[in-house]
This record gives sequence, structure tokens and C-alpha cells, in this order.
Amino acid sequence: MEGPGERGNPQDKMTAKIIRVLIAKPGLDGHDRGAKVIARALRDAGMEVIYTGLRQTPEMIVEAALQEDVDVIGLSILSGAHGSLVPRVMRLLREKGMEATRVFVGGIIPPADVQGLKAEGVAEVFGPGTSTSEVVVAIRSALGQGQDG
Amino acid sequence: MPTLTERVAVGDRRALARLISRIEREDPESPEILAQLHALTGRASVVGVTGAPGTGKSTLVNALARVFRKGIPGGGAQTVGILALDPSSPFTGGAILGDRIRMRDLAGDEGVFIRSMASRGFLGGLSRWTDSAVRAMDAAGFEIILIETVGVGQDEVDIARQAHTVVVVETPGLGDDIQALKAGVLEIADVLAVNKADLPGADSIAGSLQAMLGLSGKAEADWQPPIIQTVATTGRGVEELAAAIDRHRDHLQRSGEGQRRERERVKRDLEERLRGRLFDEWRAAEGSSLEEAARKVTARECSPEEALRQLLGGDSRPGRTG
Repeated sequence: MEGPGERGNPQDKMTAKIIRVLIAKPGLDGHDRGAKVIARALRDAGMEVIYTGLRQTPEMIVEAALQEDVDVIGLSILSGAHGSLVPRVMRLLREKGMEATRVFVGGIIPPADVQGLKAEGVAEVFGPGTSTSEVVVAIRSALGQGQDG
Repeated sequence: MPTLTERVAVGDRRALARLISRIEREDPESPEILAQLHALTGRASVVGVTGAPGTGKSTLVNALARVFRKGIPGGGAQTVGILALDPSSPFTGGAILGDRIRMRDLAGDEGVFIRSMASRGFLGGLSRWTDSAVRAMDAAGFEIILIETVGVGQDEVDIARQAHTVVVVETPGLGDDIQALKAGVLEIADVLAVNKADLPGADSIAGSLQAMLGLSGKAEADWQPPIIQTVATTGRGVEELAAAIDRHRDHLQRSGEGQRRERERVKRDLEERLRGRLFDEWRAAEGSSLEEAARKVTARECSPEEALRQLLGGDSRPGRTG
């Protein structure tokens, strides 16, 4: 498809809506290999991934999401502190009128806690062993995008 | 409910973030919004920070932002907008934007706004929308705008057209002195930073750069790019670097060079827009003849030069002026 404004640059297909994702690690655990694997998989699926590094507070995460105008926040939590961190993130998003931002949680989350997180408004919770393609599909469908994104 | 334009004009951070997204996705409303904001622009000082990958650009931008927030010696605190560029994958269009990792010191400061931008296929260290994003930040009231380019090599020098002041970051241990002899990045430097100056070889790099500047004739000009050794991780030399950037801004104002650069930038920008627009108009009107012309040239029925004459309305078509 050719639209006005294209100047024969190689990124013609890139001007469409590109999904922007913030990958954040709230709390104190220091392992971010999983977060990095996800970041890479999302990049390979054509998304722009803002990676913010370790030990982010909920305030830092929500402010970064606001400045970066992301569609999705992915929280990687291995510390067991999801019960306090996730509700704080969700509350801050509501306070700033950012309810449209979809939040996904990945990491070690006991099955019993999953319903609670979803009740807070989390779109999906991914445990160990989730394939990266499942994550990509879940993000796309949460944003109402089919496979041709 | 105020409009997006009104919200950006009063510095609403969320509105600014939204506007930059609209600019990037070429939303049909964004040119109108930028046009309305134009009168508010031209106040910010735009500083480009460029250099090879691994020279510590993000950490240096973080450290510079902290100094500007405090105020350089003898000046007041200034608000800082940061545009941090990273490359998009040419294969998938995706990108990992990791510059914020090095900028966590700035979190929680309302006087700082950081936006990561993917290059989206644009070569030259920036993205096609960087200029518009700078205008949006300028209109929102940020006084210093730091643009961190994609880690560039030797000839990606677009930043020289976008920024008032270009800081080129070098570092010890990245190749031999001959790298400094190559044209390009060094020639666009208004200020040179030798970062990671606690590593061995910093003095030698600084010396080579000094010699190069002497040979390039820049030393006789009315602005001599200062060479400043920094250690961004500890803050060493960063106040000096910020002061040098500030001196360069003064120089631009006093000498009229700033006005000249600004006019040159606007002229190029208008030229580019004109080229795009004229081509789009032509394509809308007569683009179908392109296919036929390509067929003729590949079949050797006519030369590309001949085809161009015909496309521009030589014989068969009423001629276009210009």
C-alpha cells in the first residue's frame, strides 16, 4: 500500500502503528535474564521495547510508561512481592488516567495469586515455561491486533 | 476539556508524550498541532550528543542532565528534555530501547522528560521524526533538549543539522589514532568529550584530537572546539562540559552563527518537505506512467535520461512548469 508522505524510504511499512512496550523489573530481585529474553522476543516480533533495568519503583515505572506513551507494561517479578507491587502500579495508572495501558506480569507467581492480580486489572500472568510466542500473541490480542498487526 | 495543543503548550507531560507518538505514526492531525505550537518554539537550546557505540553517551547525557538541573556554575536550574535514539531492526522493524537504564538518576524529577525513539529505518543516527519531536518538547517548555544519537560511526552526521551544539564523544581504547584522522564526526564537533578518561590512553586521545583540530583549520575560526575529559559515571569533568556547551550557545548568539544555522536548518527542512510533496502530487496525477517508463528503459527502448524527459512532460503531455 502506498500512501502520501512516503519518500521511498525503507521504512514504509514501519510507519503503521508499532506496539510500544515497557519492560520493567520492580522490586529488589536482581535477575533480569527472563526480562531480557522477553524484550528480545518482542523486538523480533516488530515491537519497540523500552527496557528500564533493575530495581524500579512503581512510581518510576508508571512515569516512564507515561513519558514513553507505551501500549503495554510488562512487569517481571521473581521476588514474591507481586502482591504489593502490582496493585501499586495499577493504582498509579488509574490516578494518571492511563487505564488503557495493558499490564502483563511474568515471573514466579503462585497459581493461587493469579486471580487476584487479574482482579486488579492485569491482562495476563505468565509463569515459568511460557513460550515467547505465547506472550507475543497475548499482547497482540489484548490490543485488538491480529497477526498482521 | 483542553485540546492536545493547549495541553502541550502548558507543559502537560502526558500530552507531550501523546503528541510525539502521533508524530511518529504520521497521524494526519500532527502537522496541524505542530503548526499551532510553532510560535512557542525556538526557545530551547538543542544539544546533540553523538559518538561510536560504547563511548558512554547515555551515561554522559544522564550526568549532563543532572548538571543542567542543578544549574551550571553561575547559572540557574534548567528543565531538560531528552530524546534517546536507538536503532530499529532492519528485518522486523522492532527495537530495544535501553538508554533509560543509564538515566535512572533522573527518575522522579518533574523537570526532566525522557523519550526513547527508534530510528525506524532512518539512517544518519536520528529518526525521520526527531526534528518534530524536538519542536514538541521545545513548545512544552523544556529549556535544554539533549538528543542522544544512535551510536554512529564516521559519516552519520545528521545531528549537525538538528542541534545548535554538537558534542562528539570519544573514548580511549576504541581503535588507533588513525580513527581520529577520518573525516566526518570530528568535523561536526562543537565540543569534544573524551569520556572514560580514567582509562589509560585518555591524554593521548585528547592530544590527537587537539592536533587534528589544529590541522583542520578549526583552530583559527572564532570558535575552537574545546576538548574536555570526562568520567560520566563519577561526574568528573561533566560540569566543565556543561559549561562549554553553555559557552558555545553564547557564541552562537553573539556571532550570529546561531541564526545562520537555524535558517540553514529550516531551509533544508522546507526543501525536503517540498521534494516529498511535489513528488506525491506528481505521483497522484501521473504516477501510472512510471511503470511504463520502467518497462521501456529495461527493454532498451529508451534511455533513463530520455524516460525522465518524457515523465516530466516533454512531448506527449502538457508541460509542467518548474
